[in-house]
Amino acid sequence: MEEVTKVRPAAVELSDLDTLEAESIHIIREVVAEFEHPVMLFSGGKDSVLMLHLARKAFAPAPVPFPIMHVDTGHNFPEVIEFRDRTVAELGLRIEVASVQELIDAGQIKVAHELESRNRHQTVALLEGIQNGGFDAVFGGGRRDEDKARAKERVLSFRDKFGQWDPKNQRPELWRLYNGRHRKGEHIRVFPISDWTELDVWRYLAREQVDLPQIYFAHEREVVEVEGLLMAVNEFFPLPEGSDSERRMVRYRTVGDATATGAVASEASDYEDVIAETAISRITERGATRGDDRFSEAAMEDRKKEGYF
Amino acid sequence: MSSLLRIATAGSVDDGKSTLIGRLLHDTKSIFEDQMASIERTSEKRGDEQTDLALLTDGLRAEREQGITIDVAHRYFATPKRKFVIADTPGHIQYTRNMVTGASTANLALLLVDARKGVLEQTRRHALLSSLLRVPHLVLCVNKMDLVDYEEAIYDEIREDFTAFAAKLEITDLGFVPISALAGDNVVERSLNMPWFEGQPLLGQLEEVHIASDRNLLDNRFPVQTVIRPQSAEHRDYRGFAGSIVGGIFKQGDEVMVMPSRRTSTISRIDTPNGPVAQAFPPMAVTMLLDDELDISRGDMICRPTNQPNANRRFEAMVCWFDETSTLRTGAPYQLKHTTRWVAAEVEELRYRLDVDTLHRDLDAETLDVNDIGRIAIHTTSPLFFDEYRLNRTTGSFILVDPATDLTVAAGMIIGSGGEPGTGTHSIVAEDITFHPSKLARAERWGALDTAGATIWMTGLSGSGKSTIATAVEHSLVSSGQSAFMLDGDNLRHGLNADLGFSEEDRAENVRRVGEVARILAEAGTIAIASLVSPYKAERDKVRAAHEEAGIPFYEVHVDTSLAECERRDPKGLYAKARAGEITNLTGVGAPYEAPSEPELRTDAEVEDAVRQILALLG
Repeated sequence: MEEVTKVRPAAVELSDLDTLEAESIHIIREVVAEFEHPVMLFSGGKDSVLMLHLARKAFAPAPVPFPIMHVDTGHNFPEVIEFRDRTVAELGLRIEVASVQELIDAGQIKVAHELESRNRHQTVALLEGIQNGGFDAVFGGGRRDEDKARAKERVLSFRDKFGQWDPKNQRPELWRLYNGRHRKGEHIRVFPISDWTELDVWRYLAREQVDLPQIYFAHEREVVEVEGLLMAVNEFFPLPEGSDSERRMVRYRTVGDATATGAVASEASDYEDVIAETAISRITERGATRGDDRFSEAAMEDRKKEGYF
Repeated sequence: MSSLLRIATAGSVDDGKSTLIGRLLHDTKSIFEDQMASIERTSEKRGDEQTDLALLTDGLRAEREQGITIDVAHRYFATPKRKFVIADTPGHIQYTRNMVTGASTANLALLLVDARKGVLEQTRRHALLSSLLRVPHLVLCVNKMDLVDYEEAIYDEIREDFTAFAAKLEITDLGFVPISALAGDNVVERSLNMPWFEGQPLLGQLEEVHIASDRNLLDNRFPVQTVIRPQSAEHRDYRGFAGSIVGGIFKQGDEVMVMPSRRTSTISRIDTPNGPVAQAFPPMAVTMLLDDELDISRGDMICRPTNQPNANRRFEAMVCWFDETSTLRTGAPYQLKHTTRWVAAEVEELRYRLDVDTLHRDLDAETLDVNDIGRIAIHTTSPLFFDEYRLNRTTGSFILVDPATDLTVAAGMIIGSGGEPGTGTHSIVAEDITFHPSKLARAERWGALDTAGATIWMTGLSGSGKSTIATAVEHSLVSSGQSAFMLDGDNLRHGLNADLGFSEEDRAENVRRVGEVARILAEAGTIAIASLVSPYKAERDKVRAAHEEAGIPFYEVHVDTSLAECERRDPKGLYAKARAGEITNLTGVGAPYEAPSEPELRTDAEVEDAVRQILALLG
């Protein structure tokens, strides 16, 4: 018998983070056991980093038993791509890249101009990637606290053969008895971190000392303020005429299409600072950083119905 | 340590549930400025007088347009003490299934009533569903107190009304709070408008409700999700069984048994996401390693050899029907998911449909439609390893899936093992929803057994002939086919009341205990014949009151033999001892006897006549 190296306190209770961790691992294991070809979406954003971390724990000491998929808009922060490649190499993961650029080049996606936000176009690339890979379960890092439409999402969410979500006809989800049954061509989206809030994610990543892309922590960057968002000035976001850019200490709360994702002014350079900042933040992460979610109150609902993650 | 509390909310359409949740989020500073700005804009557009906090939770466009909540939505907030997950479920009638869904994982149910309307049919329905789903805690919020001038009497009346109804259900922990969600009274902060309310505001109650003991920590249950075999050089021999603990505490070194093979082994190691541990408990996700190489796969269950779940292909369950496009079909094939197993299943029989408003059981019902609840007998192609739902919400629950549509059509809660085929009858077992005894349940019980319980209470001096008469009455009743049982004061003092002496307090307690036993026997359908001196009128009257309250016939019989005659008989030699000063406190000599003023029967007749008189009382 092996020596036990770590003993929990005598009290047989779990903390809120340990409970969330246990519940997420349960979901990931359940899906891997019941589906033939699961895949996990991985953007390098903190939610997908968390999800991958949980997947590693769920199957340790065995490797993660499924590939990851990156829906690549082509409008990337270089730090994030570098992080993605490093993670894949370190963990020996198989990665599928669903490229929006390739679909544009092939004429399957029409863009009005090169630098428009490609967030919406990700849906096409995602569905194509799912179909080409023959995936029947797709793990996504969506959280219910992000948006009102996501608040109604199931943990296992059925998608028809067009990848569409029907919010009025969702399968009831009771206890932890997930029903992932589906036909060929249909698939199930799985949201193992549904019940985590932004603050939970940060507290947990800090506790676990998980590596994140550097853009999540305060750094100096050339930015310009556009409609209340701090946009990084670079090849994807040229300085608008008549505006002045400035170098400021900023960090990102989300990672998305570089043409539409704004930074927030911040001095938070490590986990502790970020948690302190998140705990007192008065603006949602999407409201603070995503141009495309602000157009209408139902923006996310509309995109989700089409098959967005 | 901060913990996690899951709340299911329910209320009628206009009870202000969404407003209450909005208020909780707002007052715990969980609403962000951009969310607030967004709903302020919408409120303004609609022409609301003030910002409608309900908009925070009414998520989907259809809901915003119709102004109602149509599906389960999840909301999150946290205080330094706890993280809260709210499953917000709609209250209107056609969406029972959503309430059941939300309640299935909830630690606490939050029910709302409108102070102006009081307890409505829907309130009772939601309380019943919470009880059926065994949500361990329930808090009733009496909302809109601002519209009734914060009147204590109105709150008290609703509280009493609901308490009376809840007494019929199995609700282990019931709390109340008078609030105004709109004005914020007693939600987070104590209300200055209701100084008469001495309890805690709602948030305080939510922060402090004790949930750790709600888990079943006695019956070890570990359904295997998947087997982990790294097959790498480093971990060549690693073979772990991954899953979540759903009952009991598993310890390294424990002997365990695997269902269905019933092979045993010893836990050599328990791995968790954060390293090996000495013990694991619900809801931990772990990987268990055993000393022996057993053939174990997904769907097996690890338990203790001394504490196994039921293993049966046939069982009885309460189900809630969810599907709008089909109704329950007996004899049709369904897929059933229970813990980590899928099996084929067939509903043998619908026992009855439960009317959730009247609690009436419709024995003639032929099917269940969407939102219906009923009791079924079901069998599966291979055995399930289950516990009764009331003992374990995980190993006692299942879902039914229609193989034609892949839709989840029903949720089930297991009552217990079924009998052999053909023995299924329409007998009503009070296990499905455990009501406290009610007149209805008693009538059914007594009717089915063709009996009627009652208590005959024989009081009188020692030596008066109580026991002789009681024995004769018992004998007479039993030989005529009526269940009867004699409770003899002297005999009970050797067992049940062995700890009691003859002081005034001990005599009172003696009477109380025998009175309780008699009442329970009578409830079960037996005629209890208590024979004891029971000298104090006040104590006998308490027993009578308890019977009257329970609606059970109570016949007080005073065996009025004179002290001189008792002393002459002196069958136990007590009077002689008392006169000699060897014992004190003998009733009639050193202690008083208070004769009943209005007994159902007072007799000093000979035994045979006394028996006839008593049997005549029973009718």
